[in-house]
Amino acid sequence: MTLLTDLTGAPPGMTGRTLLMRLSAIGAVLAGTAGTFAYAGGWLSPGTLTPARVIDRLEEVNGRHPGFRRNHAKGLCVEGRFAASGAGARLSKAGVFAGGRVTPVEGRVALAGGQPYAADAETTVRSLALRFRLPDGEEWRTGMNDIPVFPVRTPEAFTAQLLAARPDPATGKPDPQRLHAFFAAHPESAAAAALIKARRITAGFADSTYWSLNAFRFVAADGRATPVRFAYLPEGPAAPARGAQEAGPDKNVLFDDLVATLRREPLRWRLVLTLGRPGDPTDDATMPWPADRETVDAGTLTLTGAAPEAAGNCRDINFDPLVLPDGIAPSDDPLLSARSAAYSQSFTRRAGEAKSPSAVTVTPIHGAAL
Amino acid sequence: MTRPPRFTLPARLLHWSMAVLILAMLLIGAAMVTSLGDYHALIALHRPLGILILALALLRLAYRRSHAPPPLPADLPLWQRRAAHASHVALYGLMLALPLVGWAMLSAARYPVALVGPLVLPPILPGSPMLYAGLRLLHTVLAYALFGVILAHLGAALMHGLIRRDGVFASMAPWRPRAERPRA
Repeated sequence: MTLLTDLTGAPPGMTGRTLLMRLSAIGAVLAGTAGTFAYAGGWLSPGTLTPARVIDRLEEVNGRHPGFRRNHAKGLCVEGRFAASGAGARLSKAGVFAGGRVTPVEGRVALAGGQPYAADAETTVRSLALRFRLPDGEEWRTGMNDIPVFPVRTPEAFTAQLLAARPDPATGKPDPQRLHAFFAAHPESAAAAALIKARRITAGFADSTYWSLNAFRFVAADGRATPVRFAYLPEGPAAPARGAQEAGPDKNVLFDDLVATLRREPLRWRLVLTLGRPGDPTDDATMPWPADRETVDAGTLTLTGAAPEAAGNCRDINFDPLVLPDGIAPSDDPLLSARSAAYSQSFTRRAGEAKSPSAVTVTPIHGAAL
Repeated sequence: MTRPPRFTLPARLLHWSMAVLILAMLLIGAAMVTSLGDYHALIALHRPLGILILALALLRLAYRRSHAPPPLPADLPLWQRRAAHASHVALYGLMLALPLVGWAMLSAARYPVALVGPLVLPPILPGSPMLYAGLRLLHTVLAYALFGVILAHLGAALMHGLIRRDGVFASMAPWRPRAERPRA
């Protein structure tokens, strides 16, 4: 024991037994601290779904396309402004809703799916992502789809659906048995899929309606919170989809159409807030709210310009739906935090990868944004 | 009987409040990168806590310059003195570097560095995805390094308190332990 006593610098009176006990106690404290850290970091629960595993699954079904978003990979940058009507100010203290306020907006239109060079198809889900830059550094970022409800309720169901809907290499179509098993296990998804299938598909990005999908809590200056789902409704008339034959050989027909329209005139959408009532589901994006809910017209989004993805523009922005200004807060929808985490993981991966040009190459249009 | 020298009350308050904050911060950081459901709540806590730790670390460094810590015992072996000095340089360096790297990486990614309510810090770097990717990795590496140095610091403190019983642990203990031999 004298060696141990010398090594540790224990006082001469301390017995070897006491010394060993105390050394063990110190070891236990250190092991406990390291163990707590490992527990927090998820090393002790390897089966749990993590942001990295969600993105791994997207890469598994779509293939790896370095430098691109892992979902909604094919897109085009847009720019414009949002002019508030003032009617939203009673629901949210966020400055973007103050009457007369005009906020510069940059955004991105895209097609769902993780394949950046896929040909445009009219049934592919279309998305609109926006970034509002408020005074004093605040921002509102949002990512919306042209579907009235989301196909799944949880991130676990999202990854299960990706696998179930994966095209079979032999047929090019999803395995019907796997799809059937997925919908049997997720009846809420079967109901949502029927609503999504029944939606009216319009001619293009310009006349699509984009839905927030998830609910948010709008917080007024007096602290009152209201559950809100929102949608951007096109101001112009919506034309029916043209069908595959009419689209011709242009693989970017939807994006090219949008640019051609923007070259002629700015495009406008009204931001319509739908106010939830007690009992309306805020934690289930697969369920619509009753059609008679009060709505508020919060203002007009005007898109005036477009440009291909490039360094420094929408390509390098993460449209995380939980980048919110004071006055808009997340609801209890589990998809919101999961989207935020998965988008962040996708952004971190692509940020460090070499970039390739987007399939959508158009001559930029820069309208007078303000 | 002369009492062994201790850290001053403000120094002890700073030490123990930061100990709690930094350990909480490391656990939050480890949990949030693997969590889907709690990601948003944890990251919303992570940003303001990080900036608080940065402010406290600067305050503590300034305080330490005007209030020297009590000397180490004269009989402490030279290698242990050197290790103690090096680990404290590392602790201060990492306490300052981790929040700064976090702030810089969010700036490079063009995320608003939102703290509480409408309060958003300005960016300290221009937007650059590659810069973000590098800083994001550095943030993780430095966090593991800080956790390692904290484990070594905790182990050494317990060695002083339970085995050497030389007054070093008592000098920072929040209470005044009895029956430690006076420092030489």
